[in-house]
Amino acid sequence: MAEPLMRVQNLVRRFGGILATDNLSLDVIPGELHAIIGPNGAGKTTLISQLTGQLTPNSGTIHFAGMDVTRLPAYRRSRLGLARSFQITSLLPNFTAIDNVALAAQAHDGHSFRFWGDARKEQHLREAALSALRRVGLEKRANVVVSELSHGEQRELELAVALATKPQLLLLDEPMAGLGVTESARMVGLLKELRKEVTIVLVEHDMEAVFALADRITVLVYGRVIASGGPDEIRNNEEVKRAYLGDQHAVTRRG
Amino acid sequence: MKLSFNARNVVVVLVIAGLLLLPVYSALSGKVFVLTLFTRIIIFALAAASLNLIMGYGGMMSFGHAAYLGIGGYAVGILAHEGIGSGFIQWPVALITSALFALVIGSLSLRTRGVYFIMITLAFAQMAYYVASGLSRYGGDDGLTIYKRSDFGGLINLSDRVQFYYVCLACLLGGVYLIWRIVNSRFGMVVQGVRSNEQRMQAIGFPAYRYRLVCFVISGTICGLAGALLANNTDFVSPAVMYWTRSGDLMVMVIFGGMGSLFGPVIGAIAFLLLEEFLSQFTEYWALIMGPLLLLIVLFARGGIMGILGRFSRG
Repeated sequence: MAEPLMRVQNLVRRFGGILATDNLSLDVIPGELHAIIGPNGAGKTTLISQLTGQLTPNSGTIHFAGMDVTRLPAYRRSRLGLARSFQITSLLPNFTAIDNVALAAQAHDGHSFRFWGDARKEQHLREAALSALRRVGLEKRANVVVSELSHGEQRELELAVALATKPQLLLLDEPMAGLGVTESARMVGLLKELRKEVTIVLVEHDMEAVFALADRITVLVYGRVIASGGPDEIRNNEEVKRAYLGDQHAVTRRG
Repeated sequence: MKLSFNARNVVVVLVIAGLLLLPVYSALSGKVFVLTLFTRIIIFALAAASLNLIMGYGGMMSFGHAAYLGIGGYAVGILAHEGIGSGFIQWPVALITSALFALVIGSLSLRTRGVYFIMITLAFAQMAYYVASGLSRYGGDDGLTIYKRSDFGGLINLSDRVQFYYVCLACLLGGVYLIWRIVNSRFGMVVQGVRSNEQRMQAIGFPAYRYRLVCFVISGTICGLAGALLANNTDFVSPAVMYWTRSGDLMVMVIFGGMGSLFGPVIGAIAFLLLEEFLSQFTEYWALIMGPLLLLIVLFARGGIMGILGRFSRG
């Protein structure tokens, strides 16, 4: 097995009396698409937020590309090549699509204590932004203000913003949330393309998408990993079936 | 800058032209008070424009902005009192002191958000107010008279009404131009991004706090310049310029004119101070009219006067 790109060891995060992350360990191998699934409230978003630095764990460590990043603030991790998309679309609503992406490119192009030149006229930032928009099929909507984009387009823009930071590891928090059937299919197609270039951790409720995309799947229940392995292994895992009793058909439908 | 022909830009051009020609009108009509009134308006417009940089573009609701008016003013007043009359020393000291004060206030208050931020900036400004009241050597509560305006050698004579007016106007136009450049620069994009969604900005790699802090310092420094001008205008500086109602006035000017619009605070300052001037001729309870007016703007015209003009030109 290759040296992991991200190694999470014995991560613990409490909210009052609730253990949202319970002694969780996890490896992400370079090049893989690693899906994290689990019932509602399993602590998936809490985990992602700790990985990206929005939340600090109570104990445990996170290593990324060989570095201990456990205490590093979010912006420093982003500089190391860790990007995330948000479950609830979290863009700059009064900026245009291209401005949103260009800012992400700007964040990784030296410091921004430049007070005089017009940022919107910096060709290389515009071009980087446009190419990220092209990747997700939004280039024609570049100059539309985010609040006027459809929900599906906003999800795609989330992805373009993450891509513009030139990530080594992309953490996607439910990119399919709230998408219609056609939009979901488009997103799956997009992720199939992206996974060729970048390592992806995918948190997703859409089981069909997860089993279609993932190399490995980790199942979380109450903040604990109950199983981790290839799609077939997970599909046939008794404990997973039990945890998903209510949604069992969703897991086994394709099996 | 592409100048499109809409109501907003027409108004801005007319206002600038009007301000440039005002001394001519004053001279021809013999109405000296017009020049004095507008000198004051222009100084407050500069202060409001600086507040707009953090409030409108940066989303930082500072309720202590008048502190810099006082700090800039006291820098001039105290130096003049101690026999240092040169503007080449007084004004840089005013700017640097304001910047340092903003750095201290900002580095503490920017760790908080929302109401706490408003309260902390207010508290710091009130502290500055009480410190100034305690400066018995410099007049304490009664304030400090400045017997000689800042001296710029043979270059300009601030005691000449017209020259002083144009110095103030140059500071205002220069300040607004500077803010315009900043807002559209890389730095400005980051600051506006942080106002819109701080978590997102952190996630894509920006240390939001630093950018907000630098923006806060720039804003305070520009307001410090307004303070130096104000002290020269009134030949006097007292703790009253720092009182919290002054900070409130500045906020009202920004909201009146249009938060986050480049020229809005200038229009807001003109509207506010003209209203105050004329209403107070009829009644001492002029605030009773001003208050509901502000309410109407906040309730029905979020973008202030500039917002109304913008809507007008789109129709």
